[in-house]
Amino acid sequence: MTENTQTHGTSAASPRAQETVERHRYDVVVIGAGGAGLRAAIESRLAGKRTAIISKSLFGKAHTVMAEGGAAAAMGNVNPNDNWMVHFRDTMRGGKFLNNYRMVELHAKEAPERVWELETYGALFDRTKDGKISQRNFGGHEYPRLAHVGDRTGLELIRTLQQKIVSLQQEDKAQYGDYEARLRVFAECTITDLLVTDGRIAGAIGYYRESGKIVLFEAPAIVLATGGVGKAYKVTSNSWEYTGDGHALALRAGATLINMEFLQFHPTGMVWPPSVRGILVTESVRGDGGVLRNSEGRRFMFDYVPEVFRNQYAETEEEADRWYTDPDNNRRPPELLPRDEVARAINAEVKAGRGTPAGGVYLDVSSRLPAEVILKKLPSMYHQFKELADVDITKQPMEVGPTCHYIMGGVEVDADTTATMVPGLFAAGEVSGGMHGSNRLGGNSLSDLLVFGKRAGEYAAKYVDELTERPAVRTADVQAAIGTILAPLNRTEGENPYQVWHELQDIMQNLVGIIRRKDELEEAIKRLEELKPRVAKVKATGGRRYNPSWHLALDLRNMIVVSECTARAALMREESRGGHTREDFPKMDPKWRKVNVVCSLVGDQVTLTTKPVPKMPRELLALFDKEELKKYLTPEELAELDEPSESAGGAEAGRNN
Amino acid sequence: MARHTFRVWRGDADGGQFVEYEVEVNEGEVVLDVLHRLQATQAPDLAVRWNCKAGKCGSCSMEINGKPKLACMTRMSTFQAGETVTVTPLRTFPVIRDLVTDVSFNFQKMREMPAFAPPPGLKPGEYRMQQVDVERSQEFRKCIECFLCQNVCHVIRDHEENKSAFSGPRLFIRAAELDMHPLDARRDRKDFAKEEQGIGYCNITKCCTEVCPEGIKITDNAIIPMKERVVDNKYDPLIWLGRKIFRRDQMPGYLGGPTQERLPVSEIVADRAGANSPYGDDITFPLPTESLTYEHTTETKEG
Repeated sequence: MTENTQTHGTSAASPRAQETVERHRYDVVVIGAGGAGLRAAIESRLAGKRTAIISKSLFGKAHTVMAEGGAAAAMGNVNPNDNWMVHFRDTMRGGKFLNNYRMVELHAKEAPERVWELETYGALFDRTKDGKISQRNFGGHEYPRLAHVGDRTGLELIRTLQQKIVSLQQEDKAQYGDYEARLRVFAECTITDLLVTDGRIAGAIGYYRESGKIVLFEAPAIVLATGGVGKAYKVTSNSWEYTGDGHALALRAGATLINMEFLQFHPTGMVWPPSVRGILVTESVRGDGGVLRNSEGRRFMFDYVPEVFRNQYAETEEEADRWYTDPDNNRRPPELLPRDEVARAINAEVKAGRGTPAGGVYLDVSSRLPAEVILKKLPSMYHQFKELADVDITKQPMEVGPTCHYIMGGVEVDADTTATMVPGLFAAGEVSGGMHGSNRLGGNSLSDLLVFGKRAGEYAAKYVDELTERPAVRTADVQAAIGTILAPLNRTEGENPYQVWHELQDIMQNLVGIIRRKDELEEAIKRLEELKPRVAKVKATGGRRYNPSWHLALDLRNMIVVSECTARAALMREESRGGHTREDFPKMDPKWRKVNVVCSLVGDQVTLTTKPVPKMPRELLALFDKEELKKYLTPEELAELDEPSESAGGAEAGRNN
Repeated sequence: MARHTFRVWRGDADGGQFVEYEVEVNEGEVVLDVLHRLQATQAPDLAVRWNCKAGKCGSCSMEINGKPKLACMTRMSTFQAGETVTVTPLRTFPVIRDLVTDVSFNFQKMREMPAFAPPPGLKPGEYRMQQVDVERSQEFRKCIECFLCQNVCHVIRDHEENKSAFSGPRLFIRAAELDMHPLDARRDRKDFAKEEQGIGYCNITKCCTEVCPEGIKITDNAIIPMKERVVDNKYDPLIWLGRKIFRRDQMPGYLGGPTQERLPVSEIVADRAGANSPYGDDITFPLPTESLTYEHTTETKEG
């Protein structure tokens, strides 16, 4: 391990003349230790690259543990009719055709392999009767598709990847006498800037949360796997780590973000008591029979089935109830519509005055399933409500409402390689954009991070192999970055970062939430502009050792720029689609389906452009009914479809499986 | 809305003291909410480790009124009105600052634990296991690595000298999990548990089980079966017969009666760390393997 310390002069503004910097050299540095990051690191290490994993938390605590439902993969274990083409179709429908089709295709094809691979690392999924991996139903998926472990699938995934990393370290120990010879985890370490030399990645710099010491990584390839942005919102299911770090790092390094206007508000977050507001209630509650009712006791989701989904969902409670036991001959209950539809429906019911006292709706499983079945199928939900809300879900309904859950937008990447616009920079998982289009299906995120985490590690390693010369880190860049890190501590006056953060959350929650309007978005942008200079001047109280106010001061710098991207992109997109609803443009507009809104930084200004969405090849389009395509495509595109072509009609056979 | 006094330990490896804060508490809040309010209002640099705030990640372990707990799962309504709440860092691990401790001991022990060994000859996608067989190990995989069990284990709590030879309950359930994994190719998990992990130090006082926020039956389902499996050559016919005739709690030498939920903690008078064995000190572990409560699945089920 190359490791030494260097001293650097800090910026002129700093009273500290010299700062000791711990310095490491790696082939690949993976920022983020959730599912995508760990899977990328495994692949990079398997390709023989010396790999560092940077984790903002302890090893194994990533936000991935919160994922409950499962990992979607068309293995066909429960319903043999399932295959990658059906999964592809469901994902494109869920994303309202704004998805990068190639990512969706790779995802649908490779997810089963990635899930099976986890078993060779020691994962123990729930089983079918014949001993295969069991698969469960989930919103938007035509067949039971989610590999799961009770309702703690994310934990199983993290633990499995964590233990695989340990096993690779054990191999290295046997071979080199050092667990960390080729794979090292830097726990409780935050990266604040990427270092770019002549347009290529040269390294990354940050600090140890524990000691406050600065750490510099020199590496030609970096994988961003930092997750999402939810902490910019007041009501969110996301943990403190979700401050848009990767999004902001990418922007500052010169990469681009797409689809930042699309945020998923999970329909069922807890709304009572206030302290747990936002914490997730898994979709499996609905998949396993739970129903949504308003304060009048009506199963209101039947009133909210949109035209595009009319044929796939039951119209009566009787049919919906039959579906749980006989899915082949009945249509699914409307509670299992994609998340954006359910979130908007709940929002509308509450607005119409039919909500619960705490401002949500009722999610009831107690009247639907026997207590012992609930305990078996939803143990951690039972636990969560009992412990946090003192509600017994086997006896009474839950109160739920929408919570900021996931950002579909993210770093613009090449579908096959996950490469961003900056050579040497890769991105996978929630921080990347395109895969989920305008809305993500439940279960597609765990499989997304496996599929593209692996690809990111693989192609980052390949990139390193093909380099003739490693870009050198410039001392001036390091000095500037150190100045930025220490600035909040060195200020003698300035605002409390918590105060500024709460104002940012208010702006995003109230003005850039589920339902958006032009005037409110303009107001949000104006207020974010006013907030920017204040963010730049916050003051951290206390010293460098594990100081949360300092950490927040630095995280705020990321949250503000990412929030601005979301607000500006939301203002630009004049239609409603998936995770972006404009009250003033309530319809989906096929013209906007062809467009990605792209954010970049010019100087320190967020700048927006548009770019065409990659065009789906004809053989993939042929997987859909013409009637269905009419809902998404422009008349010109539909006319094109009718033109004769040599491959017309050859969909099922046209693509290799 | 109620007011509470919070006594929070503030300091670092060089020492520290209790600092008292008067703080507002709203209905439905947990201890972590109050700590966050302190950060936002009175103590911006109060160090607290946390992540999910939903009892799923196991980051916010600390000692609340002397009891090891997750701060996010400790509801303020469990305290009397106006009761002073004392919050201290985990005692078994070195303090970094305030409520944050250095838990690297656990990660080091995890690294020494031999990983799952995939069965030779089975390709990805060919694994076949029955639900009933995976459930035993799944119980242990519920572990959120909050390390409360490690913190409360009196083999290492206040006994730094035992840390090198003892892995702790978290790692015993990992050993049991792998031992019970239907397809794990290794057959030496029990030897490792004895020789490297120091399972023999455990006196089965069940403190770890009591604090587990996931309700994992660490002692009954992992440690005791592992202890029983540890050696196969010491065969004691009396114990064997006792196992045939009596339930575990009726066995000779069993100290904790069937009505007694909590075992007596007698470490003050004992000559070594940990309480006396509830089985009596005249019984040496391991017990004969005939009394196993589970079978290690060896063959792959047809799929």
